[in-house]
Amino acid sequence: MTVADAANLHTFVDALQFIVDRPGFLATKALEQLALSGAALAIALAVALPLGVALGHLHRGSSVAIAASIIGRGLPSLVLIAAFLTVLGIGFVNNMVALAVLGSGPILTNSFDAVDRVDRDAVEAARGMGMTDPQILRRVELPLALPLLFTGIRVAAVTIVATAPIAAIAGGGGLGDIIVNQASYRLSGVLGASLCVMLLSAVVFAALTGVQIAMTPRGVRRTRVIGEPQRREL
Amino acid sequence: MSVLAAGGPVIPTFGKGSSCVTGDHTFCWDWVRGHWHDTLGPALVQHIELTAIAVAIGFAIAFPLALLAHRFQRLEQPFGIFSALLYTIPSLALFQFLVPFTGLTVTTVEVALVAYTLVILFPNITAGLHSPPEEVLEAARGMGLTRLQVLMRVELPLATPAIIGGLRIAVVSTVAIATIAAFLLPKGLGYPIFLALKEPTPFKTEIYSAGALAVALALSCDAALVGLRRLVVPWASKGVA
Repeated sequence: MTVADAANLHTFVDALQFIVDRPGFLATKALEQLALSGAALAIALAVALPLGVALGHLHRGSSVAIAASIIGRGLPSLVLIAAFLTVLGIGFVNNMVALAVLGSGPILTNSFDAVDRVDRDAVEAARGMGMTDPQILRRVELPLALPLLFTGIRVAAVTIVATAPIAAIAGGGGLGDIIVNQASYRLSGVLGASLCVMLLSAVVFAALTGVQIAMTPRGVRRTRVIGEPQRREL
Repeated sequence: MSVLAAGGPVIPTFGKGSSCVTGDHTFCWDWVRGHWHDTLGPALVQHIELTAIAVAIGFAIAFPLALLAHRFQRLEQPFGIFSALLYTIPSLALFQFLVPFTGLTVTTVEVALVAYTLVILFPNITAGLHSPPEEVLEAARGMGLTRLQVLMRVELPLATPAIIGGLRIAVVSTVAIATIAAFLLPKGLGYPIFLALKEPTPFKTEIYSAGALAVALALSCDAALVGLRRLVVPWASKGVA
């Protein structure tokens, strides 16, 4: 083992020590981050989900969905957070709005895609059976769209949780506070908090994937749940 | 003026500039002009470098890997899950995680950026290689094409739109993630924003100009790749955005 390797190992041991020494503090910070993320996700859902589902049901506005996916990826989180900060000031609201904008991209794109791509024959058959539009949406399109739609929500949630640490630079609180403050917490704290952030995102990802598998109707479960985080044809 | 007064003391560390700059008005063109050569221009060039290196290396790794996975299909599923997991790692945390190994260097940033491009490029390239219908492959084999010829003359040309689609996503997201590099290094368009946020009152012009440059860079890279696709595979552009 070279000297450099030994130093690395040492750094990680210190980082783990940091975590072991301050479980309460880190848990508080993690909860702060989850609160911010949850609020942002709620707003993103409230705005983007009805819009995407409505557009998908009408088979209109695919350009809106594509634009949302490009903007969702091309808008750097740091730019969003900084730009909203100049308007809304430092703190919770600014970060919540910035993260909500970031999260609404994948939700809008996926909910549009999911509903838009529902087998037209199935919709036609439902219409032939005398279902009204709301009934078609509720009983045919939404159940069939659920897996892909939920993928969008999961991607948005993970994106938001993963981006939330950056919000620390604008008073967002959470584990990011530790990461951006090496002067107080030293490298061990920064690294320890980074490990916690990774763990937190992984937990959110795993939990939502579990929910997604559980709530997907058995008949459409063959649709792959994992492994399709990207919109392939842009 | 009353608004300015209510804004509290403005610390004039933004330079000795005009009243617009010292008063931190919404947008000061004179600051942009004055600091293009020492701040914005170099940051833009560094940002392009960070992105170009990451996407080039990412593609150089993802392409042969995808060919391998296409040949030995059992490799694809595990890599799919692995890449989905990798994408959940927050960029800021991944950068910090690499610091003990490679220090506060461009290498650290590039390793992370390359990892993210891999996650996007690999599935897109494999999806593209899978896209030719079985009848087409059957016909090619029937014409006596060898496996290599099928790959070169049928599968790769038909996969090109999906490969370019993957490159579009990779480039656009790399431009976005590269702004986070500023947390480690004084490089890229994230750095002016980072500095502006460190001021007692965030300096708006610097945030807006650097942010606009980052978004413009992402959009023009995207447009350039759309142009490339029109040029290389004109048939693929019909009816698709």
